[in-house]
Amino acid sequence: MQADSKAHIEIRGLTMAYGSFVIQRDLNFDVNRGDIFVIMGGSGCGKSTLLKHMLGLISPAAGDILYNGESFVNASADKKQEMRQCWGITYQSGGLFSAMSLAENIALPLQLYTDYSDNETAEIVAYKLALVGLAGYQEYYPSEISGGMRKRAALARAIALDPEILFFDEPSAGLDPISSRLLDELIVEMQESLGATVVMVTHELPSIFDIASNSVYLDANSRTMIGYGDPKHLRDHSDQAVVRQFLARGITAPGDEEKGEQAHE
Amino acid sequence: MSTEPPGFELVPDTDGQATLVLSGNWTQGQPPLDFAVLRSDIYAASVHQLMINGAQLDLWDSRLMAFLLQCHNYCQAENIEFRTLDLPGGAEKLLKVATAVKTHERPEPQADSWLQSLNPAGLLKEALEHLTGSLEFIGEVTIALTRLMVGKANTRIVDFKAFCYQAGPEAFAIISLTSVLVGMILAYLGAVQLSQFGAEIYVADLVVIGTLREMGALMTAVVMAGRTGAAYAAQLGTMQTNEEIDAIATMGISPIEFLVVPRMLALVAMMPLLTIYADLLGMVGGGIVAGGMGITPLQYISQSETAMSFTHLSVGLIKSVVFATLIAIAGCRSGINSGRSSAAVGQAATEAVVTAIVYLIVADAAINIIFQQIGI
Repeated sequence: MQADSKAHIEIRGLTMAYGSFVIQRDLNFDVNRGDIFVIMGGSGCGKSTLLKHMLGLISPAAGDILYNGESFVNASADKKQEMRQCWGITYQSGGLFSAMSLAENIALPLQLYTDYSDNETAEIVAYKLALVGLAGYQEYYPSEISGGMRKRAALARAIALDPEILFFDEPSAGLDPISSRLLDELIVEMQESLGATVVMVTHELPSIFDIASNSVYLDANSRTMIGYGDPKHLRDHSDQAVVRQFLARGITAPGDEEKGEQAHE
Repeated sequence: MSTEPPGFELVPDTDGQATLVLSGNWTQGQPPLDFAVLRSDIYAASVHQLMINGAQLDLWDSRLMAFLLQCHNYCQAENIEFRTLDLPGGAEKLLKVATAVKTHERPEPQADSWLQSLNPAGLLKEALEHLTGSLEFIGEVTIALTRLMVGKANTRIVDFKAFCYQAGPEAFAIISLTSVLVGMILAYLGAVQLSQFGAEIYVADLVVIGTLREMGALMTAVVMAGRTGAAYAAQLGTMQTNEEIDAIATMGISPIEFLVVPRMLALVAMMPLLTIYADLLGMVGGGIVAGGMGITPLQYISQSETAMSFTHLSVGLIKSVVFATLIAIAGCRSGINSGRSSAAVGQAATEAVVTAIVYLIVADAAINIIFQQIGI
């Protein structure tokens, strides 16, 4: 699966806008197969909006998004649904259905898109919950478990169909450092053993440096991407001071400020 | 080879060891395998060490992993040593992750039989708890209202105005429709009976008294319970979910004063006005039917005039104020006590409407009995 090094997701000239208000313009980048790809940037720069465009929840003002070389933006509704079946998505606050138990939440995609019997579905649900460290929590409702557990349960639902691409919107927001690190490790394990491509929106620096293999930096001022590459490399060698500052939490070597301003002009 | 169905074979070795040989294509869409068969095989062979050999595996996905996890858990429960050999790298790793955390045992919930739930003492206790809960809430609202009267409450007049608009003018359309129709229904109901005695003209009396005393207030209240009561419950329930109510409480503001009082006062202010509006349209509706029966508009109006009295009107208005209070209490109480999930907000809205309508009917009956006794 990973032998094919071709880009898995391609963003081509994407412009995102709400009405006439442009959020980001001319985004061009690739997400390669097997990458853990981070979308980063300051608050309000359009990270989550970009993710929503990639998921097809919002249509772009211009440009295209390609999965496996096929256009997603121009695909028919049926084709889009077919492409979405290869994705697993966890939303910022989990997105678990509160009226369903964890087992029912995870079983839902299995019942919709596979032909497993009820018994097998239950076994697979047990396995997915065990993977995220929630074995035995089948009958709990999302309101009965903690926030960290809810995020992991959402991950279990996202990987129910063994997806090719995993999307995360702020996976570790609101988690303590240990839970957040465990979740990061889990994401890496999933990525390695399933061979999936991971796309995540986050601004947790430790997690960016720990797990990300590639990244894009969206700038709120210039309204376009000003950094693309391995975040560790960007931190030390980006030609944009803003990116270096972001990745070093604002601590920069003297002289950086001027360079940054020039770059902006 | 990739189309080969999944299979397993238990090969017993010497002194209680056994190897489980997995083969074929363990993916979704292949014929199902029953773990129970393997379990009885293992049991029959009285194994104490199980070796999993995956060398002959072809394709695999979650189905294999679910099977392996079951094997692992069974072995753990039966004190059988579990080992793996030649599993695909990913599978080995996933199994390690999946078995890293012990299975959580849910504390046994108290199993109530359905008969137990019919226990009259329990039911009575539940009803009493609900009643005391309501009374407590009414008490808190009363305290908040008292504070408002002495000018100490944190109630914003802006909120009050906004809720007045929501509960008043925005409800005109639906109230117009229901009250005209209810007036017509009343007129039809009376017309059939009265025409037997040649007393069609008294349809006007029936409609006027029926609408003023009863139907105007009650129908408005039912509509408002569904419209505004449910909206209050949903708003407050969502605020509870978003921790807005916690934020209000920790700012040192009483949620009752800040959230409940303006809603309740708005409804109490608007309901009598809506009721008068509904009364008027109800009489118009009755007039339309009466016209169809050959009563001229002038006759209808003059007959209505004799039937109308200030007493009838005020009975309806008193009822509307009582109903408004009850709807606001039912809606706000359900909302404030709502759980913190989307399902709970839905439940709160349902509960608000059901409670409000029960309150309405009971209160209406009680008011009628009291007025009957004191001769109003």
